[in-house]
Amino acid sequence: MIELPGTGYAMWQNLKRELVVGFRNRGDMANPLIFFLCTLVFIPLGISPDGDVLAEIAPGMIWIIALLATLLSLDRLFSSDFDDGSLEQALLSGQPMHFIVLGKIIVHWLITGLPLTILSPVLGAMMFLPAGGYFTLFLTLLIGTLSLSLLGAIGAALTVALRRGGLLLSLIIMPLYVPVLILGTGVVNSAISGLPYNGLLSLMGAYLVFWLMLAPFAAAGALRVSLDG
Amino acid sequence: MPEIRLKLNELACERDERVLFSKLTVDYGPGDIVQVAGVNGAGKTTLLRIICGLSSNFNGSIAWGEDSNRSYAFRSSLLYLGHAPGLNTSLTPMENLFWYFGLNGLKSSPAPALDKKAFTRQLKQALAETGMGGYEHVPCRMLSAGQQRRVALARIYCSAAPLWVLDEPFTAIDKEGVVALQKRFAEHAASGGLILLTSHQALELDNLQTLDLSAYRGAAP
Repeated sequence: MIELPGTGYAMWQNLKRELVVGFRNRGDMANPLIFFLCTLVFIPLGISPDGDVLAEIAPGMIWIIALLATLLSLDRLFSSDFDDGSLEQALLSGQPMHFIVLGKIIVHWLITGLPLTILSPVLGAMMFLPAGGYFTLFLTLLIGTLSLSLLGAIGAALTVALRRGGLLLSLIIMPLYVPVLILGTGVVNSAISGLPYNGLLSLMGAYLVFWLMLAPFAAAGALRVSLDG
Repeated sequence: MPEIRLKLNELACERDERVLFSKLTVDYGPGDIVQVAGVNGAGKTTLLRIICGLSSNFNGSIAWGEDSNRSYAFRSSLLYLGHAPGLNTSLTPMENLFWYFGLNGLKSSPAPALDKKAFTRQLKQALAETGMGGYEHVPCRMLSAGQQRRVALARIYCSAAPLWVLDEPFTAIDKEGVVALQKRFAEHAASGGLILLTSHQALELDNLQTLDLSAYRGAAP
């Protein structure tokens, strides 16, 4: 009986590869961040430099732009592996595809969601975010961007075989992003007004855990369908 | 060792309301080299993808030894090379092969101890044998199409997988390369392996069988 490498070893090799690929293509990593930064610089110019006005819209704006920045980076999640045949090889390797997909999602989050989260206090300062909101903004973005990456992977996997899947991808993913946005801004706004936000934050965590369990399977299944042509 | 026997039973595939092949029943065993032949669009690639399990658009059954679902026994015996080389262009040949063998293993039985140094030497050796020695640490995007193909083909110099499914392995490979590859195919067949490949080249191999898909075209099942 021929034995395949253990799943743990294979996943470690896969994770290492994804990290190397991610850091070799640093431009892809910078792209959503620069978008995030540019838009937030434009808001005071376009709306009003008045601190009171900006403070009012700060949590919502930062969250919406974080969401769009993630969306911007999604269509590249599987496309290069699809084009160069690596995805076929991964699928035929006999290793559990959902773990391979999970590895890709984690690396995607590490190079888009995490830098965005780390940058968020600086952007909060630019938007005159009230002092009570910084901690929760950081925390919700930390939880929320991982949910966004997980959900985005499902859409990216479904549309990877299509020529122009970008539009469809947005349509598929947007409804699933709505709860993250509502809860994320809800937590930050509650914290700013001094209201308890633990309940909303727990719901966000629950949403993350739910998709952490389900999204890799859904994305792996979608990839199998996309390759079946 | 698992039983090396690939049986296709009454296999049929229809695509865009066109029957590519039907009533395809064949049985191949150790030492066979099968060249799938047919005009462009005859369904050669489709057949290979169906056999590998990438495509589910077929009727009939496929069995690998005792394994009729093409599950673990099949996956752990298979080496597949598709149209695309399966190399990430921002990684070097070594990194690409490390990833590939990290997922697939060397597929020899019993599994060898994983010693990174010995394994690196083995991969270098394989790259040298495909004529890619000295390119181990050059990003794949800098390599030509033929060179990328050679890197992809380095897998067959390392892997002990009994079943090779190769889709157009000679594309973009020069004459000397084609001769060297045929030698490797003959070695694999001599050691009891089974090879399925598509190619428009006339191959000079002793135990070559041809599976001509045009003989199986016909009415829908």
